Amino acid sequence: MLDISEIKTIEHDVLIVGAGGAGLSAAIEASGRGMSTGIVMKSLLGKAHTVMAEGGMAAALGNVDERDHWKIHFRDTMRGGKFLNDWRMAELHAKLAPERVLLLEEWGAVFDRTKKGLINQRNFGGHRYPRLAHVGDRTGLEMIRTLQDHGIHQGIETYMECTALDILKNEKGEVCGVVCMWRETGTFIIFKAKSIILATGGGGRAWDVTANSWEYTGDGYALAYEAGAELMDLEFNQFHPTGMMWPLSVKGILVTESVRGEGGILLNSEGTRFMFNYIPDRFRSETADTQEEAARWLAGDPKARRPPELLTRDVVARAINAEVKAGRGSKHGGAYLNIATERSAEDIKKKLPSMYHQFKVLAELDITKEAMEVGPTCHYFMGGIRVDADTTMSSVPGLFACGECAAGMHGANRLGGNSLSDLLVFGYLAGKNASEFAKSKSGHSKIDEEQASKIIRNATNILNREAGANPYLLHEQLEQNMQVNVGIIRVKEELETGIERLEKLKEDYKTVKAKGSSQFNPGWHEALGLRNLLITAEAVARAAILREESRGAHTRSDFPDELKEWLNFNIISRKGLDGNMELVKVKRPVPNPELVRIAESTIEDLENEIVEERKQTNT
Amino acid sequence: MATRKFQIYRGDNEKGEMVNFETEVMEGMVVLDVIHKIQAEQANDLAIRWNCKAGKCGSCSMEINGKPKLSCMTRMNEYKPDETTTITPMKTFPVIKDLVCDVSWNYTQNKRIKPVKLAPESKTEKGYVMYQKDVDRAQEFRKCIECYLCQNVCHVLRDHDKKDSFVGPRFMIRVASLEMHPLDIEDRIPELKNDFGSGLCNITKCCTDVCPEHIHITDNGIIPLKERVIDRFYDPVTILGRKIFGVRKKKLPPLNP
Ligand SMILES: Cc1cc2nc3c(=O)[nH]c(=O)nc-3n(C[C@H](O)[C@H](O)[C@H](O)COP(=O)(O)OP(=O)(O)OC[C@H]3O[C@@H](n4cnc5c(N)ncnc54)[C@H](O)[C@@H]3O)c2cc1C
Ligand code: SF4
Ligand code: SF4
Ligand code: FES
Repeated sequence: MLDISEIKTIEHDVLIVGAGGAGLSAAIEASGRGMSTGIVMKSLLGKAHTVMAEGGMAAALGNVDERDHWKIHFRDTMRGGKFLNDWRMAELHAKLAPERVLLLEEWGAVFDRTKKGLINQRNFGGHRYPRLAHVGDRTGLEMIRTLQDHGIHQGIETYMECTALDILKNEKGEVCGVVCMWRETGTFIIFKAKSIILATGGGGRAWDVTANSWEYTGDGYALAYEAGAELMDLEFNQFHPTGMMWPLSVKGILVTESVRGEGGILLNSEGTRFMFNYIPDRFRSETADTQEEAARWLAGDPKARRPPELLTRDVVARAINAEVKAGRGSKHGGAYLNIATERSAEDIKKKLPSMYHQFKVLAELDITKEAMEVGPTCHYFMGGIRVDADTTMSSVPGLFACGECAAGMHGANRLGGNSLSDLLVFGYLAGKNASEFAKSKSGHSKIDEEQASKIIRNATNILNREAGANPYLLHEQLEQNMQVNVGIIRVKEELETGIERLEKLKEDYKTVKAKGSSQFNPGWHEALGLRNLLITAEAVARAAILREESRGAHTRSDFPDELKEWLNFNIISRKGLDGNMELVKVKRPVPNPELVRIAESTIEDLENEIVEERKQTNT
Repeated sequence: MATRKFQIYRGDNEKGEMVNFETEVMEGMVVLDVIHKIQAEQANDLAIRWNCKAGKCGSCSMEINGKPKLSCMTRMNEYKPDETTTITPMKTFPVIKDLVCDVSWNYTQNKRIKPVKLAPESKTEKGYVMYQKDVDRAQEFRKCIECYLCQNVCHVLRDHDKKDSFVGPRFMIRVASLEMHPLDIEDRIPELKNDFGSGLCNITKCCTDVCPEHIHITDNGIIPLKERVIDRFYDPVTILGRKIFGVRKKKLPPLNP
């Protein structure tokens, strides 16, 4: 029998799981409020997914186009999210993003500059104005390094390569700790905490073609689910339209949207710029309908409308998919993305250095001379842990969530650049509110040994079993299943097959076996992540079957239209009393009418309103 | 597609051996793909680090045929098909297991560097004012992905193990990125000489050669820093000037272009 008292215990007021942009922002805020703050992460500090973000962070600073305003950012976000976003979250995000970006500059971030010496901003899909503060095409690196360097001088305790396994609760049902495992040694550790913030990112490793790293096994979703919290909107998985297609070994690696933001065009095998044929009605009045107008936009004509390549990601991904289906795909089954014909070689190398490098090395292709081959790749989870907009707390007292692992902000489809700013805004709010929660507690709760030993046993059983399924092979089967049955275009029969296979995989998982010892054992880590990925995949597939419409990133070929009636509901999954997953369709709260008015105004009306407002405040 | 031979280090800091593997290599594969394939099919517990698979996170550093590299950006077609490829962990840091090293020393160095401090005069309600030409240099250093390959090859650390007296090239350019930030007003020159060991670098440029981000570590970073140390501590004219006028303030970019 396991003796829990022998396991090392560390106490913190606030414990954060995940050290990407969201977790680090939260940690900085919590420690700034005097909390003893700990942050655990699966990789080394500075290696979280955030480091890979390329294009930029969206904030209505108005440095490049003064007409920008939080209201327009908010309107763009809601329209991009097909109005399923949590209204309040989208409002908070649009309002707070500028000040958080400026704070990042204060902490040492060195953004690209405008001629006037301010933070430069670039165009991106779905954003009305140049809005993305950026550093070439390595904005995420700048963000994470800045937060990391700022955070280490603030007394935050970092625990690297330390995997959170499950959450502990006290008799009142509040969270009180987390059981973790040191990857290096395979030994366990218990963190006691008065409040816990999950900032674990997404679950894109459930698909075969993905832009996500090994870390993206949906751990936050599964930890929250097991702790009794609710997951929401998991059917909305963003497939980024432009992942690399060739060579096979790099399939899925991201090609930043900045390539299109900087003027890159999409072509099919016949050389047609096909995006002009896929402009949805909702965006028709704001999108260029001729190549000539698109060219004027690129040249900076403020009257020209944006090129259709910059439509939202769901639209572009579906368009590429349709071209391939119609037999007009590129050599390896995608589309051609060409910037060579639109920009000088010098510009390309300056604006997109890491893309230039990535293609040169990995595909032996010079993007200043040739077109890239691109196709959809799994990229981002709009759904996640259901939280309160203002406090970011889940339905479990003391359990908070922010960043990609939280739901609501992006609705049915996220706009590029809105994630990095989301990390700053909601990381900050989570840090603030989790601190408040921790302050309301007089001390730490006693750890329930039964709970803790069960978590540890679940983990060690995988190693101790005599024989069983190979975790790598199970993972591969899961990826194939999700790719084929729960992919970009979904249909009832396939989704049902997908769920059947998931049930089978869940059975197989019960006998999963990792060979070798407990020390830095990737096979074991893979098996531990697989539990979480299976919970995530099941929630995705079950929600996808329930939502009988097509909206944003969720496309059902058997229900091809966006249905008004479905706008009133979110789909929630949680662990039922019988231990099985339970799905509920819940009615969305009534939004603030002022926000509805802003989101639904025409762009002309809204712009006039802002001009008037500014006149008022200036006089 | 062809079967190719590999020798991979397996073990820890105390004991270990080179283990032979054979596996199919397909078009376009990088070394990291090969390791993943071996891991999935033949050695489930083979330890490595990786994250982005696109040269952006600096996790997958190792030595391939003795050369320090990012394994995710090293294509198999760089090597002859009939040659055996050897894969070993970075030599300068203690091995935890197989290809994974203990790089925690680097994190402690970073903590010793004073954080950024911006000139308040340059702050406006639209943020700080600085121009692209002012930030180009700092941005070059900020491209660093902390792969520690430069730390791994620097002979001061690798052969002479002077980890207690030299922070290494990575942290020299971290200091440079702060010192050359157009608005930073902190002074790190004394500790550069006294604590960070700037004098120990003898400009062999091995660090620059291995940097996957092509940062001009020595020419643009370390040499200018060394010059600042010399100006401050050894140049009689500037020492005298400083006695009279104090440490010269940075000239800040104008608020209007
Ligand atoms: C290639 C690429 C490019 C992108 N470009 C952009 C862009 O230009 N603009 C934009 O806005 N968005 C972009 N995104 C999306 C954005 O980068 C991510 O959504 C965002 O960085 C997620 O941040 P996060 O803080 O929520 O999580 P992450 O940065 O992913 O961090 C998750 C953290 O949680 C830890 N963790 C996970 N599970 C556990 C566990 N069980 N125990 C302990 N720790 C755990 C991980 O170790 C990690 O530290 C891009 C994404 C990709 C993949
Ligand atoms: S130039 Fe200096 S820092 Fe770089 S490898 Fe040589 S001695 Fe080390
Ligand atoms: S300076 Fe270059 S070699 Fe050194 S850690 Fe940074 S990226 Fe790696
Ligand atoms: S895996 Fe990120 S640099 Fe190689």
